[in-house]
Amino acid sequence: MEDKVMKVNLRVWRQAGPKAKGEFVTYEGVETTPDTSFLETLDILNEMLVERQEEPIVFDHDCREGICGMCSLYINGHPHGPATGATTCQLYMRRFRNGETITVEPWRSAAFPVIKDLMVDRNAFDKIQQAGGYVSFNCGGAQDANSIPISKVQADEAMDSASCIGCGACVAACKNGSAMLFVSAKINQLSRLPQGAVERDRRALAMVAKMDELGFGNCTNTGACAAECPKNIKMANIARMNREFIAAKCRK
Amino acid sequence: MNPADSKIPEGPVADKWTNYKAHQKLVNPANKRRLDIIVVGTGLAGASAASTLAEMGFNVLNFCIQDSPRRAHSIAAQGGINAAKNYQNDGDSVYRLFYDTVKGGDYRAREANVYRLAEVSNNIIDQCVAQGVPFAREYGGLLANRSFGGAQVSRTFYAKGQTGQQLLLGAYSSLNRQIQAGKVKSYNRYEMHELVLIKDKDGVERARGIIAKNLVTGKFERFAAHAVVIATGGYGNTYFLSTNAMGCNVSAAMACYRKGAYFANPAFVQIHPTCIPVHGDKQSKLTLMSESLRNDGRIWVPKKLEDAKRLQSGEIKGSDIPEADRDYYLERRYPAFGNLVPRDVASRAAKERCDHGFGVNNTGLAVFLDFSEAINRLGIDVVRQRYGNLFDMYEEITDVNPGELAKVGEDGLNYYNPMMIFPAIHYTMGGIWVDYELQTSVKGLFAIGECNFSDHGANRLGASALMQGLADGYFVLPYTIQNYLSDQITVPHFTTDTPEFDAAEKKCVAEEERLINIKGQRSVDSIHKELGHIMWEYVGMARDKEGLQKAITMLDDLRKEFNTNLYVPGTVGESMNVELDKAFRLNDFITMGKLIAYDALNRNESCGGHFRTEYQTEEGEAKRDDENYFYVSCWEYEGSDEKAPELIKETLEYEAIKVQTRNYKS
Repeated sequence: MEDKVMKVNLRVWRQAGPKAKGEFVTYEGVETTPDTSFLETLDILNEMLVERQEEPIVFDHDCREGICGMCSLYINGHPHGPATGATTCQLYMRRFRNGETITVEPWRSAAFPVIKDLMVDRNAFDKIQQAGGYVSFNCGGAQDANSIPISKVQADEAMDSASCIGCGACVAACKNGSAMLFVSAKINQLSRLPQGAVERDRRALAMVAKMDELGFGNCTNTGACAAECPKNIKMANIARMNREFIAAKCRK
Repeated sequence: MNPADSKIPEGPVADKWTNYKAHQKLVNPANKRRLDIIVVGTGLAGASAASTLAEMGFNVLNFCIQDSPRRAHSIAAQGGINAAKNYQNDGDSVYRLFYDTVKGGDYRAREANVYRLAEVSNNIIDQCVAQGVPFAREYGGLLANRSFGGAQVSRTFYAKGQTGQQLLLGAYSSLNRQIQAGKVKSYNRYEMHELVLIKDKDGVERARGIIAKNLVTGKFERFAAHAVVIATGGYGNTYFLSTNAMGCNVSAAMACYRKGAYFANPAFVQIHPTCIPVHGDKQSKLTLMSESLRNDGRIWVPKKLEDAKRLQSGEIKGSDIPEADRDYYLERRYPAFGNLVPRDVASRAAKERCDHGFGVNNTGLAVFLDFSEAINRLGIDVVRQRYGNLFDMYEEITDVNPGELAKVGEDGLNYYNPMMIFPAIHYTMGGIWVDYELQTSVKGLFAIGECNFSDHGANRLGASALMQGLADGYFVLPYTIQNYLSDQITVPHFTTDTPEFDAAEKKCVAEEERLINIKGQRSVDSIHKELGHIMWEYVGMARDKEGLQKAITMLDDLRKEFNTNLYVPGTVGESMNVELDKAFRLNDFITMGKLIAYDALNRNESCGGHFRTEYQTEEGEAKRDDENYFYVSCWEYEGSDEKAPELIKETLEYEAIKVQTRNYKS
């Protein structure tokens, strides 16, 4: 496996800072192998750049196991590249052809300004979570964990929603720049569980209001978010969130 | 030279924590508002401590190097979290969890700390469920459990294969509530570079702040507080290839070490048995396959050497080898625990087979983890429900689907594709030395989670890291830190406009200028890879005196290479410079590497993750020397990275558990 070498051309968005003008720069003939990951291929390119005493390409990445949500990248027109149900760091070069030119861009969304090259600022996601993505109680006050039975079906559904890694692919994929898949995943996780259901109205209203305030667009049911989500978060979350929101509005 | 004072409370081990809490000093609510605490790190320990301290009323400044607190590497923990709930009615108890942890740690942990850990483990599960953590449940609605290595009970709580993620998101949600309430100020993309000590009027130096770099602007900023807590994780990335995230580093801990915090048991590094094997020299990190797989997966290599040779040359596949020709070596050697022996034992057993030529891939450095028996017994649906996401992850990386039927054997059995696994650096039991109160040898500086040393001895059991991180952050530090802060209530908020902060910031800038002005030929990664090779070869799974001495000389040479031939592009202090940040961390990894080697050389015994080939039994098991090494080795900085550190010993005292040879055979 080791000996199969392939060459790819990387057409990468370079931008020196938030206000600087960006441009595509093409790096030709980057040598890699089918068993090398896409980010490792970017590492190889960066090593070449440092050897040539040029500035390496800045991109977000950390765990490289598809769980931290730090990596992003729009690769050949898809958030997290051509694979489904996987993040950029879980993308391997066997997905590409030898000699292919691969276009790499940052997330493009008004709510996620570019910091440098391929790195964007996703602080807006934290702000939405801070608005209400929690259960309000203080450490030490909890009762025994088994004192409230929760049906397995409900717990599993909450788990599916809770799998969101907060990477922002849904926003990047959406023509409206909507964050509704991300927001609805948290709202649903908590409203499905008795512990979170207590303040469901307050949470839905606060998180939706914050999402609107931060400039995210609305949902028009295109479904690009769920199609591109590396964790397969389902569109049904958005429908449920709408119901939560309307019910909360009515009860208010 | 004073032996390290661990401040263990009086009384029988089961009563110590209760007694401590009953008699410790507290800070009243009005005074809590007047006190500031810096928490560096937002993993399980950092986030849980920051949120809990804020809930209590303290003002918290919380830092992380990632773009959001939710991304700390605790998020990648897969398998689960232990607690002594005994929900399965299988004989578990606080004492048994305590005992298993001490035994798993090969009798090198501090007994009193471990007992406390087992005691608060149950509160953690309650806390997390109340936060809305969607743990796995049975159809009756109660919580489900699975088994992990080193235990004969099922005490591990889990959320699919993403337990770390769910626990961290729980802590992150509590943290968010406090950020919203204005009690926590959150600083993302900030990296701690220096610890600031200030000498008070009483002549005592106390930790009063940090210098942190804003990684976006490239500028240093000053932060002051009444106490500093570091929760910055382990030092596994010293080995370059590990299961740690790319950003995990030891620089904050090294800054504390250089300011007088002892570094304890650095040689105790955990090598995890079930990782995806190394495939090439371009690889940047290794991927862990959860220990939970060992519940149903069986580890084997061929019985016959010729079969192993044919596997290595690619002539045959694992599924071609019939049941009768497979050597389930863990079940053979350790009948009582089988595939669920502790990690150090499983890793060494894999190395032993590969050293004898039984490795199963092209490099000869891999063994099989096989699900055929489980799939035949339970059906693929049940197995996929348990491990589906891990199977998918494995397939994405290796292009092999472990749940796929490969062959119906001549013996009539169904053979599925096995996974290939090999040990890799995963967790570090060693860390900043702390006393019972989690305070370091520097007054006012606390260390929690993986970055301290206290609870796992020489080897950590699976599903205990999450337990320890959350125990420290939710239930231990918020109490013990008050015992320290109760003296500080009259100390006003600090300003950063002091000579101490001036000097500290100047030092940080000077260090960055030094790095960028070396202007040599080599990239940071190329030197880091070389460091990793030295560490893995001589300070890895099997160590000996000669190799360790050689490693120390090689690390000195590598340091010279770093100091004279490093190339870092860009500028200092003007904007983001990722290479410069990596260079700063690598400098500390080299110092850390030497510290690991010193400690490994000093410890003339084998225990847990530390295996010296000179000290083993005839059967190849670790041979401890309780007469001479029944202590925590605490290393004190001697003023320069070049000088050998000084050894200070904390003698271990066991009162509840009889120290004996670990036995997982019967």
